[in-house]
Formats: sequence, structure tokens, C-alpha cells
Amino acid sequence: MDLQNENISIHNFEQCTKCTVCTVSCPVTPINPRYPGPKQAGPDGERYRLKNPEFFDEAFKYCLNCKRCEVACPSDVRIGDIILSARLKHTKKRPSLRDTMLAETDAMGSLATICAPVVNLTLSMSPVKYVMDRTFGIDNHRRFPKYTSTKFVTWFKRHAASAQKQYTRQVSYFHGCYVNYNYPALGRALVGLYNAVGIGVNLLERERCCGVAKIANRLVKEATRDAEINLTSIRKALADGSEAVIATSSTCCFTMRDEYPHILGLENGDIRSSITLAVAHLSRLIERGDIKLVFREDYRRRIAYHTPCHMERMGFTPYSISLLEAIPGVELVVLDSNCCGIAGTYGFKKENYPTSQAIGEPLFRQIADVAPDFVATDCETCKWQIEMSTGHEVKNPVEILFEALDVEATRRANNLNN
Amino acid sequence: MKKLDKHYDVIVIGGGATGAGTARDCALRGLKVLLVERFDFTHGATGRNHGLLHSGARYAVTDRESATECIEENMILRRIAANCVEDTGGLFITLPEDDLAYQQTFVEACQAAGIKAEAIDPALARQMEPAVNADIIGAVKVPDGSIDPFRLTMANVYDARLHGADILTYHEVTDYIRTGSRIEGVVMRNHRNGGEEVRATADVVVNAAGIWGHLLAEKAGVSVKMFPAKGSLLVFGHRVNNIVINRCRKPANADILVPGDTVCVIGTTSDRVPFDSVDRMEVTPEEVDVLLREGVKLAPGLATTRILRAYAGVRPLVASDDDPSGRSISRGIVCLDHASRDGLEGFITITGGKLMTYRLMAEWATDMVCRKLGRTNLKCVTAQRPLPGSESKKNKSLKTAGSKAARGRHGSLAVNIPSDSASDRALVCECENVSVGEIEYAVKDLHVDNLLNLRRRTRLGMGTCQGQLCVCRASAILEQHDGCTDRHLDDIASFVNERWKGIRPVAWGDAMAETQFTSWIYGAVCGLDNRRSVDEMV
Repeated sequence: MDLQNENISIHNFEQCTKCTVCTVSCPVTPINPRYPGPKQAGPDGERYRLKNPEFFDEAFKYCLNCKRCEVACPSDVRIGDIILSARLKHTKKRPSLRDTMLAETDAMGSLATICAPVVNLTLSMSPVKYVMDRTFGIDNHRRFPKYTSTKFVTWFKRHAASAQKQYTRQVSYFHGCYVNYNYPALGRALVGLYNAVGIGVNLLERERCCGVAKIANRLVKEATRDAEINLTSIRKALADGSEAVIATSSTCCFTMRDEYPHILGLENGDIRSSITLAVAHLSRLIERGDIKLVFREDYRRRIAYHTPCHMERMGFTPYSISLLEAIPGVELVVLDSNCCGIAGTYGFKKENYPTSQAIGEPLFRQIADVAPDFVATDCETCKWQIEMSTGHEVKNPVEILFEALDVEATRRANNLNN
Repeated sequence: MKKLDKHYDVIVIGGGATGAGTARDCALRGLKVLLVERFDFTHGATGRNHGLLHSGARYAVTDRESATECIEENMILRRIAANCVEDTGGLFITLPEDDLAYQQTFVEACQAAGIKAEAIDPALARQMEPAVNADIIGAVKVPDGSIDPFRLTMANVYDARLHGADILTYHEVTDYIRTGSRIEGVVMRNHRNGGEEVRATADVVVNAAGIWGHLLAEKAGVSVKMFPAKGSLLVFGHRVNNIVINRCRKPANADILVPGDTVCVIGTTSDRVPFDSVDRMEVTPEEVDVLLREGVKLAPGLATTRILRAYAGVRPLVASDDDPSGRSISRGIVCLDHASRDGLEGFITITGGKLMTYRLMAEWATDMVCRKLGRTNLKCVTAQRPLPGSESKKNKSLKTAGSKAARGRHGSLAVNIPSDSASDRALVCECENVSVGEIEYAVKDLHVDNLLNLRRRTRLGMGTCQGQLCVCRASAILEQHDGCTDRHLDDIASFVNERWKGIRPVAWGDAMAETQFTSWIYGAVCGLDNRRSVDEMV
């Protein structure tokens, strides 16, 4: 009977026991009846697509790729990956101009930062929004994130790069498009935070967009090209002495750790555990007693923490929560785990806007009830969605940690001179 | 006792492909027909085989006559049963351990039988079917395909009824009405009505009951010596191959892998079994081992693919009349007029043959019926006239997975499936995409009153989960038709137990985990642990 011990399926979709808990946990299924749900679209549908690709359903585009189904699955079926891979393989229509523009975060960011004030003003004008809505299908309710005039990378080279060599320990920072083009303040906070505990921060030799937006918009070739550049740079950084490659965006981090091998088929097993989120990295260093953070006595805030879906998928949520809770003056309310609904470029598309807002509705309501000073979350698109939908300011935990940090005391606690 | 008030030209016993085909042929020729089935259509060997549309190549070397019949019927079925047939093509592969010289003999025998067999480069075969064993040293391309025996049989039943045939399921023939040496009708027990006795009369009675035909002949006082041969098969969770893969050697165990609908099936074994076991076929662990070990040689991927279930059917092997000892078995069609053979008027037995030749068997039997009725002017049209559902397809674009799957199952008849409302389109069986509308259609038009009927008509419960959630949903729909809750609770128990019977021989790994979950749902949550399972209803 040895054959029976060996006859175990290697097909991930066959490990589904049809318990349907994935569909119960899907944010889209109860909102959009056209979406067949993760079980149907995923493991159930995969069998049919193996029989005949015509069983692919264009309605799979309504999947947020939030991976909540995968978190829920008791059998480790990578349901979200199955659905996303099917979309990439079987969708017939080519990505539209709108989708390509939304996905090309690097190219658009580089262009926009050249004349940021004009772009920001233009993108916020209602006639422009009206035209984008009608001609491109970018919903006119959306606010575009403001572009910065000085990219993070420019600031870093001018003001921070040379100072990093003094530290014996080094990390490399994957800043991502958002920090570079829109929100360099977060990158500056990260550099400040790491330097305060005696760790130098480097940039990767070459950094491209992690690719999440390109993958979601089916620009696989382009995403793969960027991913290969990133992986090469990450390997080089680690070989050159960086102890980790850290990110401040949960989605960038998740994409490089899991979507690269699972969706793009790029092997990263040798470096996956070294690609991490700053909060995870810091937490481990604190736990090991390598570093200490000392916070200001006068920092008093009521903060609501929102768990991004990919944060939950990585299992990293406790890192952000415990770090924020370590700030003495912070009263932290952990919000119910509920997708905010934007899912990157998904919520920008006109056809998805109502779904997007309906998914986020319970979250928005809870934030209103909690009435925090501001909201904390590790994902920039969650930030846009919550800021637009609730009017509350949203910050990244790294930003909050730095804001609350007593830099001088921290340096002393970590035995740094002056 | 109830007597049907109609007198029939012909009563056909047996709701397999042969019986249904004979009923259709008779009805198309304008005869008044009654088709009688003991339990449900396709309950016997028709529903328990490979679903292989033989090219005949398998028999070319050993049995030229069967091979020729197969290829001729193969071509006819592609025409008349387009919706039941999938033109997958077939390969006969030679492995390093096989004799490559046999390939030459094989190809020549195929050509002599009229089968287009073409030896191809093994590299090309690997390209055509990536799942095939990469070590092959030879490959021959043949016009094999797959055929869905459930659809095929129901299409015949549907057309028979459309042409005036009366149909009785769950009616078991227990005796004959006879006058002297003439059979004038049948006595039946209605399993669905407390075993009520029902009588029907006819000029001719056709015994088309497969292996059970042996017993029905005995009951009529004539002897048709049959030998039950058990064949076991394994169903895999998805299609590993898209082309039928055979071994190019003398027919042996587990040397055909057939892709059918969403699954693929490896088989078979072949063992003589005693008559008293034919209603209780179970697959043994040894058979599972043989099927798996040999199957992996055809397609190594089977070793790491989930097995859904094991099942076994009984072939009726018929002893030649001139050798009642059974040493000389005919695999061909046997059509017996018991008047000339045994002096019993009004009784015909049609047996032997294969699923592939069901139509030809029906034609022969119906020709014999017509001769006995003196109506030889009635000509057979079944080789030309498409079966319902297989008429030329309109190119309507289908949106939902449920409507695509239903179109695949019911062909052009799928237009009768209600799909207007969201609740019509809601899925009952998610593995096989069976909608509420499809179930309503099956209840209305396809002789369904329990879950097992429904499975055979729609594939409900035949997918990966083997009836985990669909069963209670479907049962709720059936219950709405008669309000008889208690009967449907028994029905659920019967269905779940029938599924378990097939899972048990392969219950390890994912299948075991899934079954455990199912048993919690039905045993613990739904409280069906103490329900009686009605074996008789299967």
C-alpha cells in the first residue's frame, strides 16, 4: 500500500476541502453579485479551466487580490494566487490606456514630480476630474495623492547618504513609489528612526516599482522586468553587507516576498526572509535586545490602527500594534480587520468605485465611532481611501514612531556618541 | 395489482444504453413502446465504465469484427451524439518495457479494420499530450474520444418519450405473463409504491438488462449463459490528460486513461465474479494498487493527483451458444430470438456488445422485433438522426460558468433550463456548476425524483467534494415538489453513503480530510447519523 502514502496531490487547488470559509471572508462577494466568490473563481474554477479555458470568467476582475481568502483557508490553498494567475493567463482584452497609466507608477511619478504643483492643482480641479471620469474611467470622487517637488531619492542623496557610513550596522530601504514621488516625509522618518538606533540606511543600487499595480493591471512582462531589477539589487545589497531590505509599505513588501515567486514565477527563496517590513525588523531587533527605543513623555495621542489586507496575509500586524503600544502616551484602538476597499488601483476605476466604498463602509463607520486623533496603517492606498472617505488623517507607524521618539535619549540608550 | 390499460407492441427491459437505444429505435419506427427499468437509468454497466469512445483499435489485433463495429459506430456517434462525444483523439503508446515490434502488427490490424491509425514520432506525442510518460519509445495516433454514457442514455430516453414511448423507472420485472409457449407481457414490482404489482402486455418483450439479463432469461425459462466480469476504475480530481492514452500491447489491466468532462478515469481490471455479487460491487485495495501502479506508467502525473473515487461495473460476457461451458467467450453482439432458439415466442435477448455498439445492438434488436411483428417495412433511422441535444448548435454566447457547464451537458436542450432570475442561476453544486434552473429542468424533463437520479442527469455531487454542500441544497429543491421531508432525509443519507462507498477505497490525504468534513456536516450538524440508507433506491 505504499502507493497510497505517495499518492498525495501536488496541486494546490486540490487541497481545497470546499469548506467555503474563503467565500465567507471575501469582501467583494456580498457586495458584488457578479463576482462568483473565491471558492468558485479559485479552486472550483481551476478544474474547469483545465478542461476548457472558456470557463474563465471576465468577472474575476472584481477580485481585489486582498488575499483574505488565503488567510481564512484552513488548507493552505493559495486561492487569491489561483484567481490572479487565471486572470493573467486567460483575460483576452489588452490592458486599457487607463489601466496602463494607473499601473505605471514609476513613469507617471517621474513625470509628475517635475512640475508637481501644476500637476497637483490640475488633478484636483473638478473639470479635469470630470474629463478623467468620462473619458478614462477614473472615478471623479477620487483624490489623487499629491506629488512632491523633491523626490525622496533626491533628498536622500543630498542630505542623508554621506552620513550613513558612520554606522556599523546597515540596512537597505525599499522606499517604493509612494515615498519617492508623493510622501518623502515617511522616508525621512525611517532614516531618522534607524539612525537614532545606530543603523545606517542605504538605497538599493536600482529600485523599480515593486510591480503590484502592473500585476493587478496584467502588465506581466513589465512587472517581471521591474521585479528582476529589484531582485538583482536586493541580492547585491545583501551581499554588500545590508542585514535586511526593509520597506515601509506592506504591499510592496508582500509583493516582493510572495507575488514574485507565486505569480511571476521568480524564485526568491534565498532572500525572501531578508525582505521585510521596517516594523517587523525593528520589533525583532528590540526583542533580541539589539536596540532600544525611547519615547517622548509629552506625546499623547489617541490612535486607531487599521490592518491592511496584505499586512494580515504576511502575519505582520502584531509588529505594528506592539510597537505603537510601546509608546507610553498612545492610546491605541485596533480596528476590526476589514478591507478598506481601495485595493490599489482597483478603487480608482470608475466601475469599481461603488464596490470599493461599500466594502470600506463598516471600517469608515468604526473610525467615526472611535474618533481618534488620527489613524495608523502600513499601506499607502489604505491611507488614501481612509483619508478620502472619513476625513481623518492617516499615518504610517514608522512616521508615528519617529514623531514620538526622543531622539537624543534613544541615541544614548543605544550607546551612540553625541 | 394494477394493470396498465395500454397494450404495447414491445416492452423493453433495461434502462442502460442498449435498452434506451432499443426503446428509441422502436419508437422512431412508430411502434408502441414501454421501457422498464428496475432502478434508475444507467444504473448498471452503462454508468460504470470508462466513457471511452473506442476507435476499435484496442480490438484490432485480437477481434477484427468488434474493431470494425467500433470504428463504424464511432463515426456514427460523432454525428448523432455530438453533445455526448468529445473528440479528444487517442494515443497508443509503447513503453521501454513493451515490445515495439507489436506496434507494426497493431497499425496493420487497425488499417485492415478501417481504423485510421498512424505511427508518430514519440516527441510529437509528448508535444500533443504533455501528460504522457516521457519515456515512450513509440506512439500511434487513433480516432479515440470520450463519450458521456449518462447523457447518451438520457438523450435516447428523451427521444423515445418524445416519440410516444412510455417509461417506467423503479419498476422491476419479477415475472412474465405467458400463455403456453408465448410471453405476452411482464409483471413488475413498483419499488416506489410499496412494492405494488403492475402488469403490462405486449407482443414482444426485449430483454436488454445487461448482466441481469441472465436472470431474466432464466425467469422466462430459457438459458443465456453469461459470466459477470468485474472491471474497476479510478476517477481523478481533474483532467491530467486531454487525449486518451492507451498502452500499445495486448489488452491488459489499467491500460487506458480517458479524459471525460472535468475528470480523467483510469481502468480497468477484469475479474470473473460470482452472480450473487453483481449488485454489490466494491473496489478492493489490491485493485486500487494495480490501477494506480499501471496508470502512472501511462501518465506519471497521476501519482500526484487527487483521486476522487473508485468504482466497478460488471460486463456481461456471453458464452457462445455452441460452447455453453463458457470457455469460448464472444465479445461481439448477441441477439437471440428465443422462438427459433428455444421455442419461446415473443421474447428476445439482446446482450454482449459494448457501450460503443449500443446503437447497433438496438438496431439489430429492433429489426428482430419488426420481423416478429411482421412489420419489416419499418426502417432504422438512428444512424442518421441526431439525438436530442445534439442537433446543430446555435452560437449563443454564455456568460456564467453554470450556463456553460449546462450547455456542455444538455447541448441544444439547455435552452429549456430556466435562467431568467438570479435564483434560477444560483449554483447548487459548485464543483460541477449545476444551477437551480438545471435541477428544475431535470425534475421536469429527465425523470428525476431523488438525488441519485439527479447526479446521473447533471453531475451533481460528482466533483471534487463528492456531495458536501450540494446535497442538502438539491434535496431542498426536490422537497419543494412533494413536501415529503422524511423521504428526502433518507434520500440524503442514501446519497452520502453511496458517495462514501466510492471514496472508501481511496480515502487518504485530501480525500480523507474532505470526507471527514462532510461527515461532520451530515452526521453531526444535520443529524443524519441514525437515518436509514435505502440501498434499494440506488
